[in-house]
Amino acid sequence: MADVKKIATRQSYGEALVELGAEHDDFVVLDADLAAATQTGKFKAAYPDRFFDAGIAESNLMGLAAGIATTGRVAFASTFAMFAAGRAFEQVRNSVGYPHLNVKIGATHAGISVGEDGATHQCCEDIALMRAIPGMTVIVPSDDVEAKAAVRAAYEFDGPVYMRFGRLAVPVINDSDGYEFKIGRGIKLREGKDVTIVACGLMVQAALEAAETLAAQGIDAEVINIHTIKPLDEDIIVESAKKTGRVVTCEEHSVIGGLGDAVCAALAEKHPVPVKKVGVNDVFGESGPAVDLLHKYGLDAESVAAAVKEFVA
Amino acid sequence: MSDDELKKVANEVRRGIVTAVHAAKSGHPGGSLGAADIITYLYFEEMNVDPADPHAAGRDRFVLSKGHCAPALYSVLAERGYFPKSDLETLRHIGSHLQGHPNMNDTPGVDMSTGSLGQGISAAVGMALAAKHWGDSYRTYCLLGDGEIEEGQVWEAAMFAGNHALDNLCLIVDHNGLQIDGTIEEVNSAMPIADKFRAFKFHVIELADGNDMAQIRAAFDAAREVKGQPVCIVAETVKGKGVSFMENNVGWHGKAPNDEQFEQALAELAKEA
Repeated sequence: MADVKKIATRQSYGEALVELGAEHDDFVVLDADLAAATQTGKFKAAYPDRFFDAGIAESNLMGLAAGIATTGRVAFASTFAMFAAGRAFEQVRNSVGYPHLNVKIGATHAGISVGEDGATHQCCEDIALMRAIPGMTVIVPSDDVEAKAAVRAAYEFDGPVYMRFGRLAVPVINDSDGYEFKIGRGIKLREGKDVTIVACGLMVQAALEAAETLAAQGIDAEVINIHTIKPLDEDIIVESAKKTGRVVTCEEHSVIGGLGDAVCAALAEKHPVPVKKVGVNDVFGESGPAVDLLHKYGLDAESVAAAVKEFVA
Repeated sequence: MSDDELKKVANEVRRGIVTAVHAAKSGHPGGSLGAADIITYLYFEEMNVDPADPHAAGRDRFVLSKGHCAPALYSVLAERGYFPKSDLETLRHIGSHLQGHPNMNDTPGVDMSTGSLGQGISAAVGMALAAKHWGDSYRTYCLLGDGEIEEGQVWEAAMFAGNHALDNLCLIVDHNGLQIDGTIEEVNSAMPIADKFRAFKFHVIELADGNDMAQIRAAFDAAREVKGQPVCIVAETVKGKGVSFMENNVGWHGKAPNDEQFEQALAELAKEA
């Protein structure tokens, strides 16, 4: 996989905003002193008068975006996932979610792959927080193609959207001709009969690699990319579970309240099967290179393959 | 409308407030009564609004950042014709469009959902910013409590508004000196309020009697003339104004009158009519 193109989804976010800005002038982009990191700086450079910096004030960032959205326009609000979903949780709930406003939250630097900055900045609880808000759409794109498609879909969508982007450059995996992004619709990336792996974000690539490893060991894994955690594509998961009888969920997020729990809830009601959740196991992260952290916390392809093998044994 | 006529409307608004809170058997009469004159003035004299077209793009906006004073906003909106006055008796009832705290998607005329203190001002600043950005001529008004400004978010929003010279934004701090746990001095005083907003690049107008229509008029007239800076009107008000036993009594921050107290309140307000 030496020649695989790698792009961080935060970069895709910044580029998608610039593309969208060329087509529409009924939206603005706001950041909270992290434009270089979130990559909204790209939009700022292209359209300086359509970019506003709230400064280091995430609560006000979300409120500003809400106020702008009451006028019928769209506001993208960006900062790190920790501050978007954590610091400003209640602003997102009450000023954005409750009035169901067209605020599109671009949360970057999610998960443990933040790397060296360590636990204070490695938000592994944002999916849980955001999906608990009524009417909030939660999207976790897996690569550049999907991230760009998500930004466009979020702009066109009527209602609040939380988009989760990463800092780490990740392989482009969705650049096939048939790729189509639709909010709330999962994508089956690999057919299999022994076990279903449901993944989101950078774990989709890990799941695909794990499936290859498992195939060599005689385990035929189906891989489903669930880019939208809410609303969840229950049909594609249930259908697969009926076939394989076992489901493994993979997310760069706490095993509490994220993709795994969403999948468990759906299966428990519609087609109960054994589930193994791969994710951050109710611990804080630590400083270190992102790739090493993903390995240490059991979130790389090797770890996923091992977890699946043990689960199906 | 003359000051005397506005005063009569405000008195009707007060009757609506006590009627609504009595019917709800809970709610916030004290702050609502204290802010009744200012909100009445805004909707009957100051703001460019049309009850027949509550979502008109060019309308002036009002954000009740101290959302617990919803009874005052609802009573003014009903009096102005946004919805029937009889709706006030459904306040806080299941299925009513009149929620305990304002919801813009439920109630005609409510421009922003508020209630969690400190958040409304940010939305108001966003509205003012949007008007500047897209060249809209509407003005945005936002009423804050003097207890509410203990919230850090208020100052995040004020800093942004001052730095962006949003002269289409007019804040009003309802300074009645009381919050749930006591006087603002006892709890965690944000005084001096005027100096703080000046330091945040606001033009401050000190309104000595925020329950006096002539003085309210003078303050808003002056506010409209300010260019290059947002305005903050610091309004001295009397919590519970108009109902003798509620005036300056923190016990009436969040308590409904019983039947007897309700009758007494209505009788007192009838004398003013």
